[in-house]
Amino acid sequence: MNSRISKRELGFGLAAALFLLAVIPGLNAFTPETSPFHVSDFSINLWGQYLCLSIVAVSIDLLWGYTGLISLGQMLFFSLGGYALGMHLMLKIGKLGQYKNDLPDFMVFLGYPTLPTHWEPFANFWFSAFAVLWVPAVVAAIFGYLAFRSRIRGVYFSILTQALTYAACLLFFRNELTMGGNNGFTDFKTLLGHQLANPATQRGLYIASALALIIVYALCRWLTLTKFGKVQRAVRDSENRVLFSGYAAANYKLFVFVLAAIISGVAGALYVPQAGIINPSQMEPSKSLEAIVWVAVGGRGTLLGPILGAVGVNALKSWATQAIPAYWPILLGGLFVIVVLFAPKGIVGIAEQIGSLFKRQTKHSKEVSRE
Amino acid sequence: MKNELLLTAEGVTKSFDGFKAIDDLNFYLDKGELRTIIGPNGAGKSTFLDLITGRTRPDAGIIEFRGTRLTSLREYEIYRLGIGRKFQTPSVYNDHTVYENILLGLEGPRGVWASLFHRTTPAQNDRIHDVLATIGLDAKANQKAGLLAHGQKQWLEIGMLLAQNAELLLVDEPAAGMSDEETEKTGELLLRLAGKHTILVIEHDMVFVRQLGSKVTVLHQGHVLCEGSLDHVQNDERVIQVYLGRKGKAAHAAN
Repeated sequence: MNSRISKRELGFGLAAALFLLAVIPGLNAFTPETSPFHVSDFSINLWGQYLCLSIVAVSIDLLWGYTGLISLGQMLFFSLGGYALGMHLMLKIGKLGQYKNDLPDFMVFLGYPTLPTHWEPFANFWFSAFAVLWVPAVVAAIFGYLAFRSRIRGVYFSILTQALTYAACLLFFRNELTMGGNNGFTDFKTLLGHQLANPATQRGLYIASALALIIVYALCRWLTLTKFGKVQRAVRDSENRVLFSGYAAANYKLFVFVLAAIISGVAGALYVPQAGIINPSQMEPSKSLEAIVWVAVGGRGTLLGPILGAVGVNALKSWATQAIPAYWPILLGGLFVIVVLFAPKGIVGIAEQIGSLFKRQTKHSKEVSRE
Repeated sequence: MKNELLLTAEGVTKSFDGFKAIDDLNFYLDKGELRTIIGPNGAGKSTFLDLITGRTRPDAGIIEFRGTRLTSLREYEIYRLGIGRKFQTPSVYNDHTVYENILLGLEGPRGVWASLFHRTTPAQNDRIHDVLATIGLDAKANQKAGLLAHGQKQWLEIGMLLAQNAELLLVDEPAAGMSDEETEKTGELLLRLAGKHTILVIEHDMVFVRQLGSKVTVLHQGHVLCEGSLDHVQNDERVIQVYLGRKGKAAHAAN
């Protein structure tokens, strides 16, 4: 891998960033609804959610494609970030809820006399925003420390991450956790004083999601250029050699695992006000497996692949769950099988293959014409 | 000149499921020495390297490097004392370029933060090219290591140990799977490095052992059978017995 970014790549990146950050929201805000170029409020909201899921996909690829760690529980960290901001959103509903009570609805329903103490600081937005970062980080750090210290690798690591998210899922289903049980959090009203029902607020959330994706992409791209990135890929390819070259591989893996958890947490926090709900079903193992499919379809070991995969598969999902709901799981599974069998490098790999084929052909035709 | 002991192993024992791979092993290596360990399959040669480098821990006995006990340290801590290991099967980073392989082996801080903000200095760059010249791979610096021939991968891995500036090089069957020409080149490389580094070689190929011309230690059933020059060892009654049936082949190969 080149240790510098080419002008071409930088150009493409800036164009894509401009498109996501300015063109799409601009078409939403400044074109009339009758215009063929108009991007509807519904689309903006949907695309904002896709971008959040893309961020999760990038974090999975940082682990899988670049470090050789398959995390089958990445949606746990997404959910933790979502819940952390969700607590704040719940408290900001105030008396606008069904029960016209200062307490969140589910607490009234379950007969809480007062707000639990650990909920109080979440009334402050910045406390919640900070929790979006540190809660996933702490969970990942504890789990990762124990797993990597004990040299748990490969499929055993994957199974443990799946068990972790399932355990958390069961825990969050319980009302005693004070997290709303199986209903989770919903019916949000405002964020930082802005009405969530207002299209401008949703547009703002879309822009925040796009910005987060661009920052995460740039951060990961920078990582691949550093010596850290080289060690990361070395761990993936030959962990023994890394250990016997004096690197504490466990520390490198822990760093990546915690970083990926934080990234997923941010994605979850941005997703929740756009989706309008967070509940324990997000922590079900199947959700994290679905995210693995996005990365596989897009192309692991690249940074663009997971983004294309997440957006593509979710767009397909939005269509399929409307048009052919019963067949969606079969479609998703079939997609995964096809990619694994015929396109192990995913969409990006297919594009590269076509690209090199095209190059070879033009080279060939040049040679022919010279003859 | 008084010899300084670099590596000592005393009373080392290691069993796997009741099988004694290493049995009351005593081994002494001087600073600057080139030593070859030979022995039949299952003699415990690679296990001994595993014990030195912290991959496995002995059941009993002590292993010391410059007076530091190795038996409770982790692999990377042992590495940091100045012990480098080349594996039997070449283990290089196939997806990295030859240059990057050496860069990752280069001595220097090994922490996460240091690697995030690492910048290769001109001096380090020169050093990498020096190492590449030593192992004869300078022309392939920007090629992916996965594309190298088997022998070149072996040299690259030795190069990684050189970049690390390890005081003790543990080299496990460097000539395995090499052509005669490659084997000879490998021998020349190791002989050039001897003196600057202390080198412990494990080898089967008697032609190669003869080329190295070093003191030879014969391991048998996890125990040192005898030590001395290759000629001395090959004429030792016990060694002949251990290699009985193979003696002819070994002697033939050596001549």
